[in-house]
Amino acid sequence: MHKFILKRIFSMIVAMFMIALLTFSMMHSVPGGPFTRDRKLPPEVEIALNEKYNLDAPLHEQFFSYIADAIKGDLGPSFRYTGKTVNDFIESGFPTSAKLGVITIIFVLITAIPMGILAAVKSGKWQDMFIMAVATIGVTIPSFIIASMLIYVFSFQLNWLPTYGVDKWSGYILPTIALGGYSVSYIARLMRSSLLEVMGQDYIRTARSKGLSDIKVITKHALRNALVPIVTVLGPTVAGLLTGSFVIEKIFALPGLGMHFVNGVAERDYTTIMGVTLFYAAFLLAMVLVVDIFYVLIDPRIKFDN
Amino acid sequence: MVLEIDNLKVSFFNSNGEVQAVRGVTFGVNEGEILGIVGESGSGKSVTSMSILRLLAESAKLKEGSIKFEGKELTTLTKKEMQSIRGKDISMIFQDPMSSLNPLHTIGNQVAEMIAVHNTNLSKKEVKQRVLQLFEKIRIPEPEKRYNMYPHQFSGGMRQRIMIAIALANAPRLLIADEPTTALDVTIQDQILKLLRDLQKDSNTSIVFITHDLGVVAELCHRVVVLYGGLVMEEGLVDDIFENPKHPYTLGLMASMPEVNQDKSIRLQSIKGSPPDMTNPPLGCPFAPRCNYARKMCAAELPPYVEVGNKHRSMCWLLTQGAPSEHNPFK
Repeated sequence: MHKFILKRIFSMIVAMFMIALLTFSMMHSVPGGPFTRDRKLPPEVEIALNEKYNLDAPLHEQFFSYIADAIKGDLGPSFRYTGKTVNDFIESGFPTSAKLGVITIIFVLITAIPMGILAAVKSGKWQDMFIMAVATIGVTIPSFIIASMLIYVFSFQLNWLPTYGVDKWSGYILPTIALGGYSVSYIARLMRSSLLEVMGQDYIRTARSKGLSDIKVITKHALRNALVPIVTVLGPTVAGLLTGSFVIEKIFALPGLGMHFVNGVAERDYTTIMGVTLFYAAFLLAMVLVVDIFYVLIDPRIKFDN
Repeated sequence: MVLEIDNLKVSFFNSNGEVQAVRGVTFGVNEGEILGIVGESGSGKSVTSMSILRLLAESAKLKEGSIKFEGKELTTLTKKEMQSIRGKDISMIFQDPMSSLNPLHTIGNQVAEMIAVHNTNLSKKEVKQRVLQLFEKIRIPEPEKRYNMYPHQFSGGMRQRIMIAIALANAPRLLIADEPTTALDVTIQDQILKLLRDLQKDSNTSIVFITHDLGVVAELCHRVVVLYGGLVMEEGLVDDIFENPKHPYTLGLMASMPEVNQDKSIRLQSIKGSPPDMTNPPLGCPFAPRCNYARKMCAAELPPYVEVGNKHRSMCWLLTQGAPSEHNPFK
């Protein structure tokens, strides 16, 4: 197992390097730079700025000096916000995004899985149709529409919940629902179809022929088998939710990480793009590793050695 | 009688309408008897066996008939009552041992579960002890070690042994084996049959053995029921069926059995045609379209059962009084 994890960590480092290289080259092949303005800067100012931020050096030199710093944990200064570093952005934005993310993940798990199970058990009945109708709406309607509707109903009409900010706990309710809506719907549908497929397997018939009750058949024999595809999607979902959503953070005015990501791209803030991308990638890769470890815990047929 | 099935009718309902899988099947199983149910795919043999323990899909409906186990009607039992019979009084072995065991649980736990669910007074240790005894009985080498292994670490034959261990764990009075050897190769098949026969002799359990392999029937069974198109075509003691078959379908099955010393230049015989469409079952004898001896009458009306000997009956117009004697294998 240790050998497996070491091997995976090594391949994660290779993947990180490739992601950094790709992001760096794509970023530099897009026209415009951090100091491109509507009004053209005086050439001497531009030269001075490029010199200050090492942008006059050859690209490969820039890349390797960035990587060298990044390995030391220094993601560089922001090109657009003088005096701020990318580390500052992550340190200030990530806790907010992560807190909302953790709450959303818990919300997703405690709603989606029971919804999927209920829909599968009551397959074809009204409970199933209702849950699947809600889930279809949740998958198809974008989060910003859901967020706007929630604000309209619960903040403006009913005046129950704040429209923005997370100073009070009640501030988390609407962003959590808006952010988690898609995942809840998607995972509920996946849970339903996965459980239905498992319920048709021969070993479920064997379990029933033993005289087990329906509840025992589902909890002891069907559920664990049905959870395998859920675990697969949960890895990227968790990484995505924890690192923040630009749209939701913007709508609810939350000072999270998602905002920096989009602003960074729009403003060609090279270090911010690189830093936030690498941070997200590291998270995603770590979650994929966690998922693989979970597989081995769930399914004895899967071994660490490959 | 341990099991009495009377005029059982089971249909599946899907978007194409009603599939009449079983259309009035009647037979019984005596104490300590091994009854073979023979038929090709779609003859209704699996549906009949699954409906005894109500293990059919939800789209299946029991339309008519009665299933009595030791005099007790099973079709009207509540879910709970049925669960207390499954695995305790009646248990089943299924066709595919590769997929019939849960891949995520250890072999030991899957056998232990069967014992624990019907013997709530036993401690975990006692249950495990019983499992290990069972493993020895079904000749599983190194039972302690095998207990904690998973199905994927077992061969097909070994898995079917485990399925047998599960089925026999609570010493049931009736065992239903639905093509238990079909998915296994011939040598393993032989071992499994021998095991079943030995266990049956020791415990005097009645067995319903479903198969399409007449060789297996001849080797194992006391009595045979031949199913076709959801109906019993012929029923009798195994010797009578093999030496004196009284139905053209049974004749066809016998003729299509390969023999060891058969001249290799002769092609294996087969019954031409395919089984009837059960969404629209034929009015008359279901075998008539494929029967070499069929007459007008056969397609028009279902023949009655004719007693042709001791405990031997057959459903064929050729056996009735007034049937012509030319081109009639039975006269």
